[in-house]
Amino acid sequence: MTEEDSSAKMSEDVEQYLKLNPPCSSSSSSSAVAFANKSGTFKSSSPPCPEHVLENVLENVLQFLTSRCDRNAVSLVCKSWYRVEAQTRFEVFIGNCYSLSPARLTHRFKGLRSIVLKGKPRFADFNLMPPNWGAQFAPWVAATAKAYPWLEKVHLKRMFVTDDDLALLAESFPGFKELTLVCCEGFGTSGIAVIANKCRQLKVLDLVESEVTDDEVDWISCFPEGKSHLESLSFDCVESPINFNALEGLVVRSPFLKKLRTNRFVSLEELHRLMVRAPQLTSLGTGSFSPDNAPQGEQLPDYAAAFLACKSIVCLSGFREFRPEYLLAISPVCANLTSLNFSYANISPHMLMPIIRNCHNIRVFWALDSIRDEGLQAVAATCKELRELRIFPFDPREDSEGPVSGVGLQAISEGCRKLESILYFCQRMTNEAVTAMSENCPQLTVFRLCIMGRHRPDHVTGKPMDDGFGAIVKNCKKLTRLAVSGLLTDEAFSYIGEYGKLIRTLSVAFAGNSDKALRYVLEGCPKLQKLEIRDSPFGDAGLRSGMHRYCNMRFVWLSSCVLSLGGCRDVAQALPNVVVEVFGSDGDDDDDTVTGDYVETLYLYRSLDGPRKDAPKFVTIL
Amino acid sequence: MINFEATELRLGLPGGNHGGEMVGKNNGKRGFSETVDLKLNLSSTVMDSVSKVDLENMKEKVVKPPAKAQVVGWPPVRSFRKNVMSGQKPTTGDATEGNDKTSGSSGATSSASGCAAVAYVKVSMDGAPYLRKIDLKLYKTYQDLSDALSKMFSSFTIGNYGPQGMKDFMNESKLIDLLNGSDYVPTYEDKDGDWMLVGDVPWEMFVDSCKRIRIMKGSEAIGLAPRALEKCKNRS
Repeated sequence: MTEEDSSAKMSEDVEQYLKLNPPCSSSSSSSAVAFANKSGTFKSSSPPCPEHVLENVLENVLQFLTSRCDRNAVSLVCKSWYRVEAQTRFEVFIGNCYSLSPARLTHRFKGLRSIVLKGKPRFADFNLMPPNWGAQFAPWVAATAKAYPWLEKVHLKRMFVTDDDLALLAESFPGFKELTLVCCEGFGTSGIAVIANKCRQLKVLDLVESEVTDDEVDWISCFPEGKSHLESLSFDCVESPINFNALEGLVVRSPFLKKLRTNRFVSLEELHRLMVRAPQLTSLGTGSFSPDNAPQGEQLPDYAAAFLACKSIVCLSGFREFRPEYLLAISPVCANLTSLNFSYANISPHMLMPIIRNCHNIRVFWALDSIRDEGLQAVAATCKELRELRIFPFDPREDSEGPVSGVGLQAISEGCRKLESILYFCQRMTNEAVTAMSENCPQLTVFRLCIMGRHRPDHVTGKPMDDGFGAIVKNCKKLTRLAVSGLLTDEAFSYIGEYGKLIRTLSVAFAGNSDKALRYVLEGCPKLQKLEIRDSPFGDAGLRSGMHRYCNMRFVWLSSCVLSLGGCRDVAQALPNVVVEVFGSDGDDDDDTVTGDYVETLYLYRSLDGPRKDAPKFVTIL
Repeated sequence: MINFEATELRLGLPGGNHGGEMVGKNNGKRGFSETVDLKLNLSSTVMDSVSKVDLENMKEKVVKPPAKAQVVGWPPVRSFRKNVMSGQKPTTGDATEGNDKTSGSSGATSSASGCAAVAYVKVSMDGAPYLRKIDLKLYKTYQDLSDALSKMFSSFTIGNYGPQGMKDFMNESKLIDLLNGSDYVPTYEDKDGDWMLVGDVPWEMFVDSCKRIRIMKGSEAIGLAPRALEKCKNRS
């Protein structure tokens, strides 16, 4: 809703309210008031209950309140406000699916249209959690199917979703509009086919970095005939061939399609055909970006012309198997690009230069370290509007070459002063470069530096990386997310505790000397919500120092540290509202991973409904 | 105070005192009982108390992490991205194979087809307080593997013992010799659930069939020796 719309609506409602306040002849009470409820029909009561008046006003006001933090605050005022807020909340965000049961959700909120649900913690992405740990969507879809027939939007992250779940979803919600699955697994192309076929109002189908098994179902053909409502279709993570003719036909009958991310089974020629059919696209995932091997009978398609025709493209990604000689075809759209994702393409500085020098408006840039420090310098020279940078390793091993370094980081900091978010993988780094970034980029809210070699010090001075990260927390006053790496002593953590007052998410690996480090963080960072630590020498004393915080945090993850079962049990017993899970890194039943007292992984989180009932055997809930 | 030398946890040939005699008798075929004369440096009880001491030390002091051995999930790059990248690298046959049409594996375990980019197996050593996990696809030979394992578990040894003994361990032709007087034997569980001695089969076959590795006390490895012997016999 735009501002004008909402203020128009507001005045409409107020007008209605005022209109319905005529003197009431039949009532004996002089203070009889007629008022409208949400749906606009009259309701007069005599004498009116002041509470009802208040609730009604509240309803009309609260529908404009969308921020969940504000709504949470409103719900705490008193029972009446709690009730009204619950009635008027349409979107709910659940950061940890185990923090409450589906029944509690459906009991409190009666009118949900949109659900965002997150399951496994982030370290599960890196094989640190055995398979079948949990986070199943099934109980949620079952509960919401009954409670919210008018549900429109489901957004899941790191959940286990089966084809049956998708089928139930498709059948239960006739007005369903948006499905987004990020880092999910458990389903295949057959589940997607059911969604495509049964959700007739579907506007968004986005599959992002999810594992989709190939059931050899032609799911694209399952979209119904006739005009589609599709606005966004992303299937770049689907690792199976698709029926291109069906896709083309779908694109042709989707006049509202703005975002299309194809997978690598779409060749350059096919991409060209799609672009010709959908010049209104704003976001394009280019698939393989390499030609078919079939011999070209006629003239080569004019790829640059196709890009020229798509005047609205502001976001490009894909390039999964790109051929360098075709890369320049994207030149016509470079000046308009706000987002460019080259992170699956092994692009050298030489290939990058001619493209990036035209990308003056880029705000989001993802690439591989194959662009080297040189490429980063080119980005710094041109992309003055850059807000988010992510540099991934082409060779993600500890002892790989590492073509980017502090040189590139410093260049970026000097050229891109508006930078807000950075993720940077490298093999070597200096405190100087990190400090420079802290001073040049005061808008940073996310700083994630991954020095891939473990315990690597500043490669010029040989000192730990304490000062660099210290400068970041000290100078970047808006910092909410931090990931540290390299050789770090307890001192780095004392800085984090002292200055990181807004930090919500902290990721630590192979760092610190003692429990003091953990204590600094748990005692110093009042906004800390998500703490994930691996392979660091933190033990029971450190864990205990956070007892006062765990009820106010979303989760804490500690793996391969030095925790004992006794220490974890102490936490579990002291905090009944916190669920404490311990498990090994394997899903095997034979339990030689936890020999005696040693705890390999601790995952604790607050929960309103106690320990979950679906924990697998290898998980012990203390 | 424990006499550290006497309680030294060793992973291979202890050095001249035990294996010397047996090694000399290298006259071809030998009966099993003659060959396998496993001598333990330590009694089990001492071993257990030593590992308990280790655990206590860990709790009180800083634990130095194992030296450079591959660890799970590091660097923190998602499997999907790793698989895409590995599919693009030139296939030199060592780390990964091309990933043309395989669906991205979650990478948690890699008992899937050989085209998986990673092959994680857990490695346990009898007496060590916890396991490690390694990715077999990162090594090209038994030598590489033995280097990595020795570094990984050297943090559990007390004393100046180095990785040298471990190297000899994996040398296929010295397998029989090693069983004499060695205290620890690397074994693995294959796809069929059988426990075999590491080094029995060609490297590639090992990577494909190995599900987990256990560095076990020599005394427990006795039952595995005959298989190894037979294979040696068949080859020579």
